[in-house]
Amino acid sequence: MSPEALDGRTAFISIAYLGASIAFILGLRGLTRPETARGGMQLAALGMIGAIAGTLVNHDIVSYGWIFVGLALGTLLGWPLGMRVAMTQMPQRIAISHLFGALAATLVGIAEYTHHVWGGHELGRFTALALGFEVLFGALTVSGSFMAFGKLHEILPGRGITFRGQNAVNLTIFVSAIGLLGYVVFAPTTSWAFFAMAGLAFLAGFMMVLPIGGADMPVVVSLLNSYAGLAAAATGFALGNAVLIICGALDGASGLLLSVLMSKAMNRSFSNVLFGAFGSAKPALAAGAKGEMKEVTLEDAALALRYAKNVVVVPGYGLAVAQAQKIVGELAALLEGHGNEVRYAIHPVAGRMPGHMNVLLAEANIGYEKMIEMEDINDRFADVDVAIVIGANDVVNPAAQRDPSSPIYGMPVLKVELARRIIVLKRGKGTGFAGIENDLFTEERTSLLFGDAKATLQRLLTELKTL
Amino acid sequence: MTLAVAELYVFILAGFVGYQVITRVPPLLHTPLMSATNMISAISLVGSIVVAGSDRGTLSTVLGTVAVTCATINFVGGYIITDRMLKMFAGGKKS
Repeated sequence: MSPEALDGRTAFISIAYLGASIAFILGLRGLTRPETARGGMQLAALGMIGAIAGTLVNHDIVSYGWIFVGLALGTLLGWPLGMRVAMTQMPQRIAISHLFGALAATLVGIAEYTHHVWGGHELGRFTALALGFEVLFGALTVSGSFMAFGKLHEILPGRGITFRGQNAVNLTIFVSAIGLLGYVVFAPTTSWAFFAMAGLAFLAGFMMVLPIGGADMPVVVSLLNSYAGLAAAATGFALGNAVLIICGALDGASGLLLSVLMSKAMNRSFSNVLFGAFGSAKPALAAGAKGEMKEVTLEDAALALRYAKNVVVVPGYGLAVAQAQKIVGELAALLEGHGNEVRYAIHPVAGRMPGHMNVLLAEANIGYEKMIEMEDINDRFADVDVAIVIGANDVVNPAAQRDPSSPIYGMPVLKVELARRIIVLKRGKGTGFAGIENDLFTEERTSLLFGDAKATLQRLLTELKTL
Repeated sequence: MTLAVAELYVFILAGFVGYQVITRVPPLLHTPLMSATNMISAISLVGSIVVAGSDRGTLSTVLGTVAVTCATINFVGGYIITDRMLKMFAGGKKS
C-alpha cells in the first residue's frame, strides 16, 4: 500500500485489520485460563466484526447483493451448527468446519487465479506460488476433512482402508501435485496445470485419510486444522493481506502443536500415523492375560466407593459412547456428599479429539478443578483408595510401561494399577480398540463389573443410595 | 525490503506468537481452542467479500458468494459452539 493511497477509507480498513489481529491474539491468550476464556472469545468476535465492516467499505466492491446473500445464508446455516450439535459430536463438528474454512480459501484462490489469468491481468511468480499453495492445501483439506467427518460421523467405515502399494500411490499423487505447482510458478498462466494440481490435491486428501482408523483421528483432525491455517496464510500472501497471514499462522501453529501433542500421547510419530495405518493392523496376540478376571457384586463395589476417602474416576471413550457422563456426575455428587473426595484422571487421548473428555465432563456439571491431567495424577495413584475405570482400556494398560513386546509399549498411560483398589466397568470380556490384552484387568486388586456402562452406573447409583 | 519479504516476516513472527500463546493453553481447553481457531479462520471473509462484490464476472461472483457463506458458517457457528463450551467451564467450582 503506497502512502498516497492512504485516504480515509483505506485508513479505516487498515485500523480494522490491525485491531482484528490484536483481538485474535488476545482472544487466544484468554484461552490460557478458563476464567478469561469467554471474554477472550468475545473480543475475538468483535475483532472479526470490525474486520468485516472494514472489508465492506473496500474500494473494489461495486455491488453488495451477493455479499449479503452469503453473509445471511452463512448465518442461517451456522446457527444450528453452533446451537444444536451435541458435545459428543464435537470431533466431526470440528472436521466439517475445517472443510468449510478450507473450501472458502480454495474458492477464493481459484477466483483470484482466473481473474488474473483469464481477465488478462498480470500474474507474478510470487502470487502464483501463493495462490498455488492456497489451492493445494485448501483442496487437500476439503477432501481430507470430508473423509475425517465421514469416519467420525460413521457414515463411512471407521476402520482404515488399506491396499498394497498404497503409500507409493499416495506419494505419487502428492509429488505430482507439487510438481504441477512448480510448473505453475514457472509459467503462471498455464491454467490446465493449475487446475490439474487442484484436482490432484483434492484426490490426495481422500487418499491420505483413507487408511487412517478411528482411534488415530485426533491427530488427523489436528493436522487438518494446521493445513486449513496454511491455506489461509497463503491467501494472505496472494492478496498482500497481513491479517490473513497472521490468522493463518496462528491457526497453523495451533494445529501443528496439537497434532504433535496427540502423537506423543499415542507414542507415535507423525509419519507413523499418516503412513502406518495402525487402525487396520492385525491385533497382536500377546501372551498376556495370565490371570482370571474377577467379577464383583454391585453391593461390594458400592461399599468400596462409599467408604473410600478418595476416589479417582478414569473415563475412557466408552463412557462417552454410553452417554454416561451425567450419571457419573450424580454418583460423584453423592460420594462428595458423604465427604469423599472425587477426582477425574484425564488421558490426553481419552476422547476422539484433544481435550474432548474435559468438555464431556464439564457438560455433566463437573468442575474443571477436579479434572487432573495424566502427568499430575500419575504420582498420586498410590494414595488413591478406589480407582474406577469406565470404558477405558489402552490408556490404562500397564503393558505400555512393562512389556517391550506390546504394540503400545512406550505410550504414556495412567498408572491406575498403583491404586489400592481398582474397579473396572467393562462392556464385555473382549480387548480394547487396538485389540491388545490388558493385564490391569487380571491384577490382584482389580475387580470388574460387566455390562453397559450407563446401566451399570445407574444400578451402582441406586445401590449407593441405599447405603 | 520487498513486500514478499515483509509478508514472510509477518508470517514467521505471527507463527512464533501463536506458538508461545498456544503452548500455554491447558489441555483442559484444547477442544475450545480448536473451535476458536476455526472461528478465527473465518477471517478469510476479508478476501471472499471482495471477490463476491467486485463484479469480475459470474464465475468470480459465484465462487465468492459460496466462500462468504462457508466462512460465515464458521464464524457464527464457531463462535456459538465455543461459547457454549466455555460457559460450561466458566462455572468453575461446582459439584
